[in-house]
Amino acid sequence: MDNPASESYTPTELLICTAARLMTDNTTAFIGTGIPMLAASLAQRMHAPNLVTVFEFGGTGAILETLPLAVGGECTFHRAIAAAGICDVMEAAQRGFIEFGFIGGAQIDPFGNLNSTVIGEYAHPKVRLPGSGGANDVGSHCWKTIAIMRQDRRRFLDKVDFITTPGYLTGPGAREAAGLPPGTGPYRVVTNLAVLGFHPETRRMQLLATQPNVTIQEVINNTGFDLSLAETIATNPPPTPEEIHLLREEIDKDRLYI
Amino acid sequence: MNVIESGLGELIQPPDLNAFREWNRQKPKALIDKRMTEAEAISRFVHDGDYLGTELYGTVRCPMSLVYEIVRQGKKDLRIAGQGVLELDMLLGASLVKELDITYIGLEVYGVSNALRREVESGRVIKCVEWSNASLAWRFKATAMGVPFVPVRSMLGTDTLKYSSAKVVECPFTGDPICLVPALILDVGLIHVHRADKYGNAQIDGISGFAAELARSSKRLILSAEEIVDSEVFRRQPDRTIIPYYLVDAVVYAPFASHPGEMCYVHVRDETQIKELVEASTKPETTQAYLEKYIYGVQNHQEYLERIGWERLEALKIKGEPDGQPCI
Repeated sequence: MDNPASESYTPTELLICTAARLMTDNTTAFIGTGIPMLAASLAQRMHAPNLVTVFEFGGTGAILETLPLAVGGECTFHRAIAAAGICDVMEAAQRGFIEFGFIGGAQIDPFGNLNSTVIGEYAHPKVRLPGSGGANDVGSHCWKTIAIMRQDRRRFLDKVDFITTPGYLTGPGAREAAGLPPGTGPYRVVTNLAVLGFHPETRRMQLLATQPNVTIQEVINNTGFDLSLAETIATNPPPTPEEIHLLREEIDKDRLYI
Repeated sequence: MNVIESGLGELIQPPDLNAFREWNRQKPKALIDKRMTEAEAISRFVHDGDYLGTELYGTVRCPMSLVYEIVRQGKKDLRIAGQGVLELDMLLGASLVKELDITYIGLEVYGVSNALRREVESGRVIKCVEWSNASLAWRFKATAMGVPFVPVRSMLGTDTLKYSSAKVVECPFTGDPICLVPALILDVGLIHVHRADKYGNAQIDGISGFAAELARSSKRLILSAEEIVDSEVFRRQPDRTIIPYYLVDAVVYAPFASHPGEMCYVHVRDETQIKELVEASTKPETTQAYLEKYIYGVQNHQEYLERIGWERLEALKIKGEPDGQPCI
């Protein structure tokens, strides 16, 4: 507890800061609803002022001065370079223009397949979730997909109830065999416990870094499948006071998300 | 073409493009004053069992005043292209939806839709067919192009495809698997625009969502407009026309038609009201009470707005001059 900030951030704030650090200046990034929006806003204020945000209903290159509550809201094309429509941005992704895609999900499996459609059996769902929305498109077309979610054994499963959004499907070569664009796929999974990646050969999820004050064993205990470990496992630095200040005092003043 | 996989989902609305051509041929091209009230537009152009589509998305530029009127008139057994938040939550809350082509129905920042959960988990929605957002928009695009399908690289390899009515074929040019999404022809399209003239020419400010595609996929198209302007506005800037008049069947003058959602450059969303709606949607009784208070209990959208209160509505307005020249 040497850093006072480490005691004073929430799991959601940690997720936002970790995701923001993965956003690279001068790249295109498809921004899904919720945490990705806060992360993009933070990244633009910190290290990535020219992060080209892409929102599914047509906003490209918005400066996220205020926080969008909806993927079609005015903030998604505030001081943007283009306000077009869904076909324009989805077609840009389909022809390879969008590098990163930031999305969420209710369940994930070792190959990074995501479920946001149903919990339980499809014909008689225990919970009907919203459905794909743009997630399937983002996971199909963006070069590198980054999933942001809470990590526990109910969410990190050997098999998801429904594959809404493609990860590496059944393993190496499966995306290409299904007709998805070569060279695309899950890149990182950002959670409250860890940052995970995917083994280049097996395409299975592996632990790259632990979040502050989280042990490797805790990550394993909260994963419902065999998790491989990278050769060296880093420890993420905690959110800085500046990041927390920006989140609380500027980005989400009304505390709608954090 | 070799069909590799067929989605299990039933094609809720078969794409008969030849019939659609005939339909479009007989639509009047004369300049007819199509202004009418929500009540008249919905009773004339929406029927029980119709297939409906709405635009834009989420809480943004939703045609709420038209949807409130559908609920008020109790049009039932509706089939819906399910891409929405407030408007579809309202139709589901009123148990008017029978079949859904669904991509996303949720409450964004407020989480999953309770109305969707109740209607689907209880089996009152008898059919749910899955799509991605882009796939559904591209289905409209196919109709707008006048062709029965378009090839896309979404949904491949997933259960979203398995429970859709798309097909995967071997591409005759590359040999790779490619997904074909079928054209979606709507019985009725509902779109709220920034400004229209009395004939139905329309402009939209800000992102255009899938308005152009949906308008061109609709057999009958009902527009509501924040303002009605002189046709000269369109003649002067024809590049701004997203919907030409001959696609349109009804024009409803309806300021604040997207309330409690937002209308870009005009007004922001009404967070208080959205929270009230979300809270009410958690239980069937409170949903019913909400519908009673804000829809069944008022005659029309003007009365709805009065119930919300003009002082509160004024406070939502974004300061600045509108583009057109109001003539109402």
